Amino acid sequence: METYRFDLAAPRPAAGERQLVLVGVVASGNLEVLLERRAPSGRCIIEVSTPARGFRPLWDAVVKDFVARRGAGGLHISINDGGARPDTVSLRLAQGVQVIESEG
Amino acid sequence: MSGLPVLADRQSWFEAGARQRVAALADPGSFREFIGPERRETSPHLALFDLPVEFDDGIVVGAAQIGGKPILLAAQEGRFMGGAFGEVHGAKLTGLLRAAAILKHDVVIAFDTGGVRLQEANAGELAISEMMRATVAARSSGVRVIGLIGGRAGCYGGGSLIAGCCSTLIMSEQGRLSVSGPEVIETNKGVEEFDSRDRALVWRTMGGKHRYLIGGVDLFVDDEASAFRAATIAALARPARYDTTLAWAEQKRLKERLKRLGGCRDGRDIWAALGVEDPAAVPELPADRFLAIATPLREVSDDAR
Repeated sequence: METYRFDLAAPRPAAGERQLVLVGVVASGNLEVLLERRAPSGRCIIEVSTPARGFRPLWDAVVKDFVARRGAGGLHISINDGGARPDTVSLRLAQGVQVIESEG
Repeated sequence: MSGLPVLADRQSWFEAGARQRVAALADPGSFREFIGPERRETSPHLALFDLPVEFDDGIVVGAAQIGGKPILLAAQEGRFMGGAFGEVHGAKLTGLLRAAAILKHDVVIAFDTGGVRLQEANAGELAISEMMRATVAARSSGVRVIGLIGGRAGCYGGGSLIAGCCSTLIMSEQGRLSVSGPEVIETNKGVEEFDSRDRALVWRTMGGKHRYLIGGVDLFVDDEASAFRAATIAALARPARYDTTLAWAEQKRLKERLKRLGGCRDGRDIWAALGVEDPAAVPELPADRFLAIATPLREVSDDAR
């Protein structure tokens, strides 16, 4: 397993009141994303655990693209990866933010 | 935790994940999760095999209300390692069942499992015996343990043994219930004994319609989350009796069933022996027409599997 930790500037805060959201599942080509509202404001911390070795540059690109596009400030995001492709990772991250910003 | 929106009325149980099933079963807003993903109680074994963990170890457990009645609820995630039982996964369900006996709350278990997780086999096997014992103890204390079967992983191995201890089983056509899975039988006994790639054979041996006809499950439902919820509410109103008199009656009935149907070589032979006029047509029947034909003819279930 490889683990990565990204501590990124995220000036736009995640909207809404929800404290905790889990999306996705650890299965082949898929991943689970746990979003918690416990990072310092203006930061987004993303921790990745993946069995696919040697893809740190790809993860780096995907998470930087994510914080540039979405309001991710204040989010601590933990990922258990099952070997998902970068596009799947992007979609799951977007889904996670959408759900944590939603009501109820 | 309510991370996902409540499902619309028409939602496939087969396609849904564990958390979606919980949301569909529980009265809106009533579910409180125990040992949720934020606690990160993950498998201590998988890292040895360089395998990824899941934050809830593939099972969601908690308290909820169903039809206004307080219950304890568990749902397995069939997509994570085939819903298989590991040490933590099993401990969460064992704890829930033990709590049920103390709190006198009925338990609802949404099974979706291939059995014990091979990577933590000893811990998983021990967990299965603990869960079987806890199920029987809970039932002996007067509570119901209701099993739901209709997920993509089916209900196999140790999961089927726990299901066999339940007071009521609810199953859809898509569900499969058996101790050994198709590939296991083929691997051990050869393709002449069981061709695991013959899907029609798999379903007429282990599928929901066959299990309903043979008295292995109590309620047959469409592959709809709302149908599973409605059947659960009905099952929660059934008697909760469990004692040795009942167990002996079940044993006697199973012996008679074996004597009567044990010579059949195929599910279709059993259906014909039960009096189904056109056994070949059974797999194609929609749920309502199937129930109209099957319910008067089927073996009684009364807890015996």
